[in-house]
Amino acid sequence: MSGSTAKKVLFEPVFTNNPIALQILGICSALAVTTSMKLSLVMGLAVCTVTGLSNLFIALIRSQIPSNIRIIVQMTIIASLVIVVDQILRAYAYEISKQLSVFVGLIITNCIVMGRAEAFAMQNSPGVSFLDGVGNGLGYAVILIAVAFFRELLGAGKLFGVEILATVNDGGWYVPNGLLLLPPSAFFIIGLLIWALRGWKKDQVEAEDFKMSAHNVKEAF
Amino acid sequence: MSNKESTTKTITVAFLLCIVCSIVVASSVVLLKPIQEKNKALNLKANILAAAGLLQANATPAEIETKFSSIKPKLVDLDTGEYADVSAVGKEQALDYDQRKAAKDPSLSAPIDGDKDIASIKRRVKYAKVYLVENAGKLETIILPVSGYGLWSTLHGFLALEGDANTVVGLGFYEHAETPGLGGEVDNPRWKAIWPGKEVYDLASGTTPKLEVIKGAVDKTRDEAKYQVDGLSGATLTSRGITNLVQYWTGQEGFQKYLNKLREGV
Repeated sequence: MSGSTAKKVLFEPVFTNNPIALQILGICSALAVTTSMKLSLVMGLAVCTVTGLSNLFIALIRSQIPSNIRIIVQMTIIASLVIVVDQILRAYAYEISKQLSVFVGLIITNCIVMGRAEAFAMQNSPGVSFLDGVGNGLGYAVILIAVAFFRELLGAGKLFGVEILATVNDGGWYVPNGLLLLPPSAFFIIGLLIWALRGWKKDQVEAEDFKMSAHNVKEAF
Repeated sequence: MSNKESTTKTITVAFLLCIVCSIVVASSVVLLKPIQEKNKALNLKANILAAAGLLQANATPAEIETKFSSIKPKLVDLDTGEYADVSAVGKEQALDYDQRKAAKDPSLSAPIDGDKDIASIKRRVKYAKVYLVENAGKLETIILPVSGYGLWSTLHGFLALEGDANTVVGLGFYEHAETPGLGGEVDNPRWKAIWPGKEVYDLASGTTPKLEVIKGAVDKTRDEAKYQVDGLSGATLTSRGITNLVQYWTGQEGFQKYLNKLREGV
């Protein structure tokens, strides 16, 4: 493994091949946990750990996995890791784990984890696979934190729980936008982020499925 | 090496993987259990304090412990409304008594008749554990454990009353599994802030619990307003469940006798 491929594998998923913005995977949890920066950071870390380690272990035993049960083997490894992460959060970050509630457990169903295991770790060596997993986790975390930045700042006037914009309720001037604390707002923000990203990296724009033809007015009468 | 697609190989791989994964999962659960239990116990104490309005924001675990140690746990015999001796439940001190465990123990609880079981909790304990906050020898707050069925789950929490055994100080739940965003809004501080100052009984007309969660917003100009709390939108069944559990635990089957005695000044 040369230095450039390791770097490429680690950082490509962050902007060039982002799991949320380009592959549109893992949206469900991105809507649910992005109400505050702290939650998003912990969730991003948890996903990073799971994708990295699951890729590592699957790559380690990839030559031993019989192809007819490979999906089940991947799922078992991923599910075990998620349970371990959930238990650790409950022991050391009780408040946060209460707020994340079911979404830590739902990392199991996050398409990013399974997708990377099947698409990358089954064909590559453990070291690169681990980096690929961490990279994809980072790509997920970056979008989560970006969304949470707007939602927490504009929805609650805070960042990491620290007041930035003094809200009217606390005698300030800022009227918080309640919509931003509700899940639909994450859709708008992710959409705008994808738009911005594709404006910057034009090659991510998908080819049009069909061309609009010019409007021809036929005189009917 | 044998063919990796053979049946033997498939079974071996599946078997070994299951063993390894189960060991990892089981050991993480067992090793982290003590820390998790400690968190849970602390969370319970914080909730008791919060219901009584004694918890400041961002209190440290040590502060919670000190505050909590000033609260007196006591056992109440629900049938007579008198304080019971700790020996009745076979424990050293009242703090060790686990009311939720007792509800499953046939020697410490009994099934509730269907028509009386408005909170759908199925079994009623003989002895309930209340927490008393005293200030200079005067009873200031009574914290009562309450539980009852909402939509998906049994809600467990605390209802705190003032020394007059009628005015609400606060209501809070430490465990439930209602829908986040709908029934889960029972944890919303703004909704919880409606409770303080409400009254459980209309003492002029008797001691039937009147406090309830109604549908929609409370009309503050009406006389009943002090016995009514705004309903949670989108959570009719959870709101109804809360009315039921409050009325059950302050009613005949619950703490009614005990609260009557307190009011009479026993």
